[in-house]
Amino acid sequence: MDVTGLSLTTITLFLPMLGLAILMFMNGETQRENLKWVAFATSLVTFVASVVMWINFDPATADLQMVQRNTWAEVSLGDSAINISYFVGVDGISMLLVLLTTFIMPIAILGSFGSHIFAERGREKLYYIFLMLLEWAMIGVFVVHDLIIFYVFWEVTLVPMYFLIGIWGSEERIYAAVKFFLYTMAGSILMLIAILYVGNTTGTFSTYSAGGDIGVIEMVQTHEGAGTYWDAAPPDAESEDGFLFSSVESFLFLGFLVAFAIKVPIFPFHSWLPDAHVQAPTAGSVILAGVLLKMGTYGIVRFNLNLFPEATVAWAPTIAFLGVVGIIYGAWVSYAQSNVKKLVAYSSVSHLGFVVLGIFALNAQGLQGATLQMVNHGISTGGLFLIVGMLYERWHTKEMADYGGIWKVMPVFGGISLVISLSSMGLPGLNGFIGEFTILLGSLGSDYLGFAFTLFGTLGVILAAVYLLKMFQHVFMGELTKPLKDEDGYKLRWHEIAAYIPILIMIFWMGIQPIVFFNMLDISVDRIAALFVR
Amino acid sequence: MFESPTIAEFIAESNLAATLPGSLLVAWTLLLVLVDLFAGEEREHWTPFMACLGLGVSFVANLFVYAPAADQQTALYGMFIADAFTGFLNIVILVATLLALLMSRDYLKRAGIHRGEYYILTLLSSAGAMFMVAANDLIVIFVALELLSIPLYILAAFRSIKNDGSEMALKSEESGMKYFILGAFSSAFLVFGAALVYGATGATNIPQILAAVPAVVGAAGSATFYLVIGAAMLIVGLGFKVAVVPFHMWTPDVYEGAPTPVTALMSVTAKIGGFAALLRVLLTALSALALVEGGATAWQTTISIIAALTLVLGNFVAISQRNLKRMLAYSSIAHAGYIMVALAAAGTAGSADSATQGALVYILAYMFTNLGAFAVVMTIERVDGGGGNLDDITGLARTRPLMAMAMTLFMLSLTGIPLTAGFIGKFMVFAAAVQAGLVGLAVIGVLTSVVSAFYYMRVVVNMYLRDSSGELAPALETVYVRWAIHIALAGTLIFGIFYPLASNLVSMVSIA
Repeated sequence: MDVTGLSLTTITLFLPMLGLAILMFMNGETQRENLKWVAFATSLVTFVASVVMWINFDPATADLQMVQRNTWAEVSLGDSAINISYFVGVDGISMLLVLLTTFIMPIAILGSFGSHIFAERGREKLYYIFLMLLEWAMIGVFVVHDLIIFYVFWEVTLVPMYFLIGIWGSEERIYAAVKFFLYTMAGSILMLIAILYVGNTTGTFSTYSAGGDIGVIEMVQTHEGAGTYWDAAPPDAESEDGFLFSSVESFLFLGFLVAFAIKVPIFPFHSWLPDAHVQAPTAGSVILAGVLLKMGTYGIVRFNLNLFPEATVAWAPTIAFLGVVGIIYGAWVSYAQSNVKKLVAYSSVSHLGFVVLGIFALNAQGLQGATLQMVNHGISTGGLFLIVGMLYERWHTKEMADYGGIWKVMPVFGGISLVISLSSMGLPGLNGFIGEFTILLGSLGSDYLGFAFTLFGTLGVILAAVYLLKMFQHVFMGELTKPLKDEDGYKLRWHEIAAYIPILIMIFWMGIQPIVFFNMLDISVDRIAALFVR
Repeated sequence: MFESPTIAEFIAESNLAATLPGSLLVAWTLLLVLVDLFAGEEREHWTPFMACLGLGVSFVANLFVYAPAADQQTALYGMFIADAFTGFLNIVILVATLLALLMSRDYLKRAGIHRGEYYILTLLSSAGAMFMVAANDLIVIFVALELLSIPLYILAAFRSIKNDGSEMALKSEESGMKYFILGAFSSAFLVFGAALVYGATGATNIPQILAAVPAVVGAAGSATFYLVIGAAMLIVGLGFKVAVVPFHMWTPDVYEGAPTPVTALMSVTAKIGGFAALLRVLLTALSALALVEGGATAWQTTISIIAALTLVLGNFVAISQRNLKRMLAYSSIAHAGYIMVALAAAGTAGSADSATQGALVYILAYMFTNLGAFAVVMTIERVDGGGGNLDDITGLARTRPLMAMAMTLFMLSLTGIPLTAGFIGKFMVFAAAVQAGLVGLAVIGVLTSVVSAFYYMRVVVNMYLRDSSGELAPALETVYVRWAIHIALAGTLIFGIFYPLASNLVSMVSIA
């Protein structure tokens, strides 16, 4: 394995920083028109770079690929020194999520072209700088395999998102931004202690083995002898409660899980999400739903499952139960909303519940479905937020009651919206179905979850159809309630069409030919699922 | 009994070269008195310039002293010590003083209190701090502490030299007086503690105390009792200087009333002096003071409790502050708490070095960030001292984008967000705490930093997310002040992004 040279992963990771540097040196006033083009071009180039990664990606191996590992610094802890290394690389799961990030980013930028918020609030340069910073940090989260550097990227995503919501959001933006910042920071900072504990126990911060150094995952999984790697006393089957609330492994598991659960968000940690989503500008919502939430589920798959397998097994029914509660609760609350954006926001809680259910099914189908569902949700919910954003640009309201009959004046837009809604509710033939179906299959075959989990999960699919069709009906069907003064408003602008075309392509492609994506994930997922074979 | 040494012995034992960073600065300061006296009309240019030059001279001298633990030198019959610990903290003190001087000139001019004495007192105080980090004897700690503090008492009251009865002059006078009385009180504790330790061990010299402690504890007589009481009083006396709970009461009033550059200076140098002495006393002299054989040191629990109280109180009370200087005062109490976490971690056998290094990096990060934050606050204050409230910075991002950006980064650094120096400091401190087995204390530390995020981010909210309503005071954004802010900003970012830079600088520090 090549572990030193400049890898493709590094290039993809740092391309957004190049864009950021260019933006920094541009004049925000005189070159105002060019700012968005620089940002857009950067995100496109990054996307191309990630596609090149995909072409070079070999789905036949479970090892990390396109790896680069350089020692960054030494931390002296007592008598020993622990290396922090710049350690990047991708396996199937990372690759898919990197592709999702770089795919959503240009769309989000197109979604902010000509937005009214710049006329109101200005500071376009800062806006695009934050978007670039966000893209850099998000790709970083998905590709680094050193716990400390992971934490750095993880925390850095907070800052640009905080400003995006806080400066360019709607009326309640300050409240939403501060809540977002504090809530997520409170969760993730406990992870820092857990990370330090892991480093102190194992003597390394690298999760995977590379270049002769053994990573934490290998240490945990090759552990022999009494008990688990983290606890000398074996997890007693007789007193599982004792293991849950007194073992080191369980505490470490929770230290990581709380950070991820807040980000996902798993019920009952979701209360920041509706505020942040509703107040964020369109691009912010798209990125938040499309990518940021996946950082949480990705973290669970990558760290919780790999590092703490015994605690994962012990906690699986509880967390999966919360996932199912999230599915039902999210759908229920979503149905009750009169605000379109809030409806879509709560639908995220429901959809991410499926992902959590899939992960804690702890088998290959469940994990595969969960990973695919992360991507599906990113694409379809990202699309839904774009729709809401476009409606808001024209009618300046988010209340469902103010809409109606839009199909009549904007038939193409109505058609696009229908496809995206159907994808979100999981219509067979479109992408959403594949993910949810595989997850339910996984939970049905799970050794750890009972039949009831699948049953109530399936209920969520039906409920999704209920609230999404309700939204569609209220907004697009019936008589036109509020005609626009300017008939030109009914026309779709080029950048709006350009944003939808890739989304539609992906919806159909992933729905009709999911094997392409399953292949990418197969071996990487099997490697994790192998830990939990009974 | 006491033989007079030969000249050669005297030169070898006194080894004055090792004290040069501090003693050169004192000599330079005395020279500065003459410069200020004879420079005539030109003095308002020459005195500040010469003061900065003095810092440079001291800096150069310090480079020869900065050495790993194996090459450490002692001076003046073992009363002073020059090692990497001293060398590193000397650099931090000198940079802090330079930044404070850059902030001072235009502030003093605008307030109409531009006098040469200001620079002389500042340099003397910094020299005191430098002697304190080099102190290897309880007596020297006390004398250096006085040299550090007395000029600060006067500087805190410096605005009252123009006795115009304005509110600012009165506040400054109150600040100086309060600081003086409580400072004198804490010095008494320190001296009494030193006396008790001397009574128990028969030594004031730190290595000698270290050597005597096992015998004292082993004998299990009343001497152990006096030693523990003495140690406690030393902690109280130094605790006042570094402003940890419950010895923090003076901090908000003193910080608010003192001229802003003085506040910035004393929030850093006085704390450095205090922490350096605490580290030397606890980690070297009293490192063997374990009441249970083979257990953690006797003072670890005490320090842990102080740290936890300081973190909770400092961070929670800061939330309710509307005045930025008061907010930064409480935040400086909280930051002393984080350094105390490192100190507590150092009490576990085997963790002393990593904890000391963590504390030093934290101090470095805190120095750049805190001075920068005070510099920004200073630029938005009005000449009468008002205008430093949360409401006065609304919309700063539009009116003074550069200041707002700098302040945002300082706030993020104080919160401990990655890619800023503050994160590196917190990371090293918490790593040491976890390694020392103080996971509970580390958890309190991280949770209170979430609390701190609330009041730090409120500053950012006001600057960026709200639009300016009222008029801004004329800015004090002169060339020198800008330089101070730029240097602080560069330090915050460079040390934040390049982690190895900070860790390599302190890697040879070992005082246990």
